[in-house]
Amino acid sequence: MLKKLRAFILGVILDDYNFTTMRFTIKIPVIAGIILLATLSTSCKEKADNIEVTTYEPQVPKADTTAIQPPKPLKVYSNDTVSVNAYEYSGLEYYLKQKNDTTYVVNFWATWCVPCVEELPHFEKINAKYKENKIKVILVSLDMAKMVETKLLPFINQKQLKSQVLLLRDPDADSWIPKVDSTWSGAIPATLIYNKDMRKFYERSFTYDELEKEISNFK
Amino acid sequence: MKTIKFLAMFVAIGALAAFKSVAPVGYKVGDIATDFSLKNVDGKNVSLKDFKSAKGYIVVFTCNHCPYAQAYEDRIIALDKKYKSQGYPVIAINPNNPEKQKDDSFAKMQERAKDKKFAFPYLLDEGQKIFPQYGATKTPHVYILQKTAKGNVVKYIGAIDDNYEDAAAVKQKYVENAVDALVKGKEVTVKETKAIGCSIKA
Repeated sequence: MLKKLRAFILGVILDDYNFTTMRFTIKIPVIAGIILLATLSTSCKEKADNIEVTTYEPQVPKADTTAIQPPKPLKVYSNDTVSVNAYEYSGLEYYLKQKNDTTYVVNFWATWCVPCVEELPHFEKINAKYKENKIKVILVSLDMAKMVETKLLPFINQKQLKSQVLLLRDPDADSWIPKVDSTWSGAIPATLIYNKDMRKFYERSFTYDELEKEISNFK
Repeated sequence: MKTIKFLAMFVAIGALAAFKSVAPVGYKVGDIATDFSLKNVDGKNVSLKDFKSAKGYIVVFTCNHCPYAQAYEDRIIALDKKYKSQGYPVIAINPNNPEKQKDDSFAKMQERAKDKKFAFPYLLDEGQKIFPQYGATKTPHVYILQKTAKGNVVKYIGAIDDNYEDAAAVKQKYVENAVDALVKGKEVTVKETKAIGCSIKA
């Protein structure tokens, strides 16, 4: 538990470093959070000295989504070699709200989006390199329905994409863009990185090094 | 222990909420929008103030290459046709840097405007100076302005409607509803929406 708290505090501190380039208003609650957490962590330690660890270890809640099955796709698009599940936002949401030990890197892209296609190899590399380190890349395609069979499936084949590809087929974008992140204007590429403790959204492109550095903050 | 976890979560949520409340750059509804002088596909410069009899403007940041912009092209033409006579002409601006996006070059813009018989200005944001002031991030991205004594007031920011894929399946015509309200002298009800678009290449 202490380890978890420390990791969490570290996460918040690292986060604060990232925030320094942004507006100062965000720092106050973050700093307040660090102070509060530091206090809590100390008091927690004091308690830990007095109480047997075993008495409250079982109280640590288990990941609460393990019992929930992935949602049924709206449609499954497939050709001879690849298959892509299409979801409305309500189905996709499952993949944006996992609470387990894995850090999820969710990239919103489309085959026709040049900067998206340029950064895809970075996401593929992350997915391959950190497979054993509980990091999972999900590529959410926003290709239009009529392009799925002619563009998206052949693209996955041709580029030999190994990360999981999902199709978000929900043209009422105003209904779901703010649910992915309230700061998202709707431009792609965009990326959501999250685990059970942290969540950050990026409406921008990444170089490989930038992406790897961002993800390293989530450990 | 649970309390500590709960508190930690609370602090985290607080930090997140504070982060999210940071205002984006660019115009908000109610702001006064800048005028500009940008080169039209006919070679002449166009400014908002040139439209003496206009009551306002439907400023659309759009371009040639983006499939979302293409999907909305006919709907943009229809908007101009419907609202120019009511005092709200369409002013289309290509915000992309042609050096980064060859399909959005001035020559290609001229081609597109001719092929599709654009009856509205299709301007190039040379040097990419105007779109950041508006705060446009993608194409298509609409700003509806109302001409007032104070200047051109932003009345709506966002999407054209709620279905980029299928014009026939549209349920909410955001831009039409907003302009209809303005023409009738009413308040715009849905002032801001979000839509998927191609990020602007400056």
